[in-house]
Amino acid sequence: MRAACFVLTSLIIGGLGACKPKNAGNAVSGNAAEKTYVAPGKYDEYYNFVSGGFSGQLSVYGLPSGRLLRVIPVFSLDPEKGWGFSEETKPMLNTSHGFTPWDDLHHVQLSKTKGDNDGRWVFVNGNNTPRLARIDLSTFRTAEILELPNSGGNHSSPFITENTEYVVAGTRFSVPMDDADGDVPINTYKKNFKGTLSFVSVNPQSGNMDIAFQIETPGVNFDLSRAGKGPSHGWFFFSCYNTEQANTLLEVNASKNDKDFVMAVNWKKAEEYVKAGKGKKVNTKYMHNVFDESTHTATSETKNNVIVLDAKELKDICYFIPCPKSPHGIDVDPTGQYMVGSGKLAALIPVFSFDKMIKAIEKKDFEGDFAGIPVIKYESALYGEVDKPGLGPLHTEFDGRGNAITTMFVSSEIVKWNIKDLKVIDRQPTFYSPGHLMIPGGDAIHPEGKYVVSYNKITKDRYLPTGPELSQSAQLFDISGDKMQLILDYPTIGEPHYAQAIKADKVTGKSVKIFKIEENKHPYVAKGESDTKVTREGNKVHVRMTTIRSHLTPDNIEGIRMGDEVYFHVTNLEQDWDVPHGFAIKGANNGELLVMPGETTTLKWVPDRVGIFPIYCTDFCSALHQEMSGYVRVSPAGSNVPLTFSTGTNLPAE
Amino acid sequence: MKKVAFLGLSALLLYACGGSTNTQETASKTEPAVQEVQEVPQEASAYDSLRGLGKFDKVDVGKALDQGMAVKGKQIFDVKCSSCHKLSDEKLVGPGWKGVTERHRPEWIMNFITNPDPMIDKDPKLQAQLAICMVRMPNQNLNDEDARNILEFMRQNDGVK
Repeated sequence: MRAACFVLTSLIIGGLGACKPKNAGNAVSGNAAEKTYVAPGKYDEYYNFVSGGFSGQLSVYGLPSGRLLRVIPVFSLDPEKGWGFSEETKPMLNTSHGFTPWDDLHHVQLSKTKGDNDGRWVFVNGNNTPRLARIDLSTFRTAEILELPNSGGNHSSPFITENTEYVVAGTRFSVPMDDADGDVPINTYKKNFKGTLSFVSVNPQSGNMDIAFQIETPGVNFDLSRAGKGPSHGWFFFSCYNTEQANTLLEVNASKNDKDFVMAVNWKKAEEYVKAGKGKKVNTKYMHNVFDESTHTATSETKNNVIVLDAKELKDICYFIPCPKSPHGIDVDPTGQYMVGSGKLAALIPVFSFDKMIKAIEKKDFEGDFAGIPVIKYESALYGEVDKPGLGPLHTEFDGRGNAITTMFVSSEIVKWNIKDLKVIDRQPTFYSPGHLMIPGGDAIHPEGKYVVSYNKITKDRYLPTGPELSQSAQLFDISGDKMQLILDYPTIGEPHYAQAIKADKVTGKSVKIFKIEENKHPYVAKGESDTKVTREGNKVHVRMTTIRSHLTPDNIEGIRMGDEVYFHVTNLEQDWDVPHGFAIKGANNGELLVMPGETTTLKWVPDRVGIFPIYCTDFCSALHQEMSGYVRVSPAGSNVPLTFSTGTNLPAE
Repeated sequence: MKKVAFLGLSALLLYACGGSTNTQETASKTEPAVQEVQEVPQEASAYDSLRGLGKFDKVDVGKALDQGMAVKGKQIFDVKCSSCHKLSDEKLVGPGWKGVTERHRPEWIMNFITNPDPMIDKDPKLQAQLAICMVRMPNQNLNDEDARNILEFMRQNDGVK
C-alpha cells in the first residue's frame, strides 16, 4: 500500500525525483557506518534533545551515533525514576485541573544568547493541558512547569526570542476566555472563541518563567511560531490555519481557503503597551510549579490573574500575512531577513521578506482586515516562491550556507533549496513521511550544517516487526557535501516532533555528578546514620532513612499500625557519581524511589494489611546489593507494639 | 552492571600507555578527580605502597592533636563514614578505624580517602581488604580540608592527645 502511494507520488512530482530507490536497502552508501561510528568509551559530538510526543517526555540522543542517552520525565509519570510518584515531585504535575499525570510534548527549544544555543536550559511545551516546562542542563531534570491560562492546545510553543527574553505559547484550539461564561453552544465559535498568544518572560539568572502578557486574538488555530532575529528581533511570527473558524469536520471545513495566515507580532510594541498600562488584568487560575534543588522538593503555587492585550484594539501589534494553504511551519532564516511558510496543502513554499513586510506596514499596504486585524497584501510581503518543491511541506531548517532544507510529508522526502534564488538543489527520500527535521543550530544565527535528522511519522518496514505498533524513526543525513547522504536510521520513543542539538562541550562541563550532602536542605534529611529515626505524629509515621553501599538504615521497623500513613524519607549518603540507590516496599500503590547521591526523596505508603513487608534497594549497587533489604512489621490498629527501628542490633530472638 | 563499566573506565584511564585519546581528553575535562590521577603517571611497578596514589606526598601531623580539626573530622565521620566504619577494631561494612593511623602513613590515608577507586586497583593491602569486605569503598567526595580533618579525628581515636 505504502509502496504504491510512493510510486504514485513520484509520478505526480514528475521528473523531480528521477531515480528514487525502491526501498531503503540501496539508499545507504559504503562509508555510512564510518561516519556514525563512535567507538566504545568515546563521546558523541552532539547532544540531541528530541521530543517524546505522546509519551510526554524528552529523550536525549548522542549524535552521530544515535545512542539513546537518557529519557527525561517532564509531563508524564515515570515510575522508573519516581517522577510524579515521590512526594517531592508530585507538585510538578499539578495543574488547575488537579494532578495531571500525562501530556503531549511536541517541541524543543534550547535557550539562546545572541541568537545561538547557550546550553543552559531546554524548554518544551505540553500540548494537551497547556503548559511550558524548563529542563535544567546541569541536572538533566525538569526544573519548572508553568500552566497557561486562557488556552487550548498549546502547539505553537515553546519558541524563544534571540536572548531567551520570552518563551511563547499560542493556542492551537481557540476556546472562550477563562473569565467568560464557557457554557456556550460550540457553533458560536466565531463569536465566543478566542485565541491567545502568551509571552512568558524568563529570568536570565534563575531561568524562572512568568507570564508577562497574553495577546487576545480572533479565534483561529495557531500552529507553529518562530522569533525574528538580527534585523527582525522584536517580532514573532505565528502560522495559523482554520481561518474559516470552523468548529466541526476541520479536515474539510478548515481547508477551504486558498490562503490562511502568518501572524506577525511586534512584541517590543506589545511590551510598551503593557508598560503604558494598556493591558487589562483578567482573572483566571493557573499553576506554577518549581523544583528547588536545595530541598530536592517541588512547590506548586496558584496564580490568579494575567495581563491581556487586545490585538484588535491595539492596532499596531499584530498583522496577518496571507500564506497558502493551511501553513504548518513558519521558519526564520539565520539572517533574520526571510520567513519561510510551509503550507502543508500548497504546491509551493512562500518566502517572505522582513524588510518588505515592514515597508508594507509603513505604507499600510493592506488588502483589508480579518476580524479587525490588518491583512498585508501577499505580494507586498513576498520575497518569492519555491516552485514545485515536493508535496506537503511542513518544516524548514537552515544549513548556514545560504540553504534551507524542508520536509515533505506527502512525498516522503527532504528537499534542499537555496534561499536567494529559490531553486531546489537536492532531494533525498526519507522512510517515511517526515514531520520535523533538525540541523544542530538550525534555527540559530550560526547553524552547524553538518547533519540533518529527519523525524518520520511512519516506520512500516524499517525495523523488525513488533506487532501492530512500531517505534517511529529518526534518519540522520550527512549534509556537509552537495548531496545529502543518509547515514543512520534509529528508533525513537513516543512520537518525535521537533528536536534540537548542541555541541556536547557546551553542556558536559557543567553536568552535576552528585548533590552535596552538606547542602541538602530537605526537612527530613538524615545527614548520617546517627540522624536516622522513626517518629509518629498521629497516624502519620515519618521514617528518616539512609542508604549507602549496601544497607538501609533503619532496616528493621516495628510498630506501624493499620490506618497509618508511612513516609519513607530516603537520603542517599553516597557522594560518588553514578551511585543512586532505589527504594521499594511490597504492595505499595506507588512507584519506586530512585535517590541520587546526596538527595532525599520520599515514598508514601499506606499499609493495606497486617504482616511483614520487605523493603529493598532496586538499583544494583554493589556485590552486596542483594543484601540491601529490610523488613517493616504492620500490626492491627490500636496495637501496643512499640515503635522501634534499628539496623544491625535486632538480633535473633531464638 | 554500571559499576563494572565504571571500573573498566577507571582501569583504562590508569593503564593507558600515555597515548591520549579523545575519550581521555573529554573525560578529564569533566572529571577533575580523574585528571589529577592522570597527572601522576606511574607504572604499576612504581606504585608506592607506603604513600599510596593521589595528590598528597608528605603530610606533617605534628605530635599533639589539633582539637578543632578533630571535632570537624568527627562531624564529617558522622555524615559520610559512620554508615560503614566503627571506631573500634570491629568490622562493619569496612574495617574498624582503631589503629588505622598506626598501620598507615598520614599521606596514604589522605590519598586513599580522597582517591579510593584508583588506589583500590593498585594497592595490595586494599586488594586483600576488598576480598574480605566485597564492597569497594565509595568515593565520598572529600575535599583536602575534609580529608585532613578526618585524619586528625582518626588520630584522636587512636589516642593522640
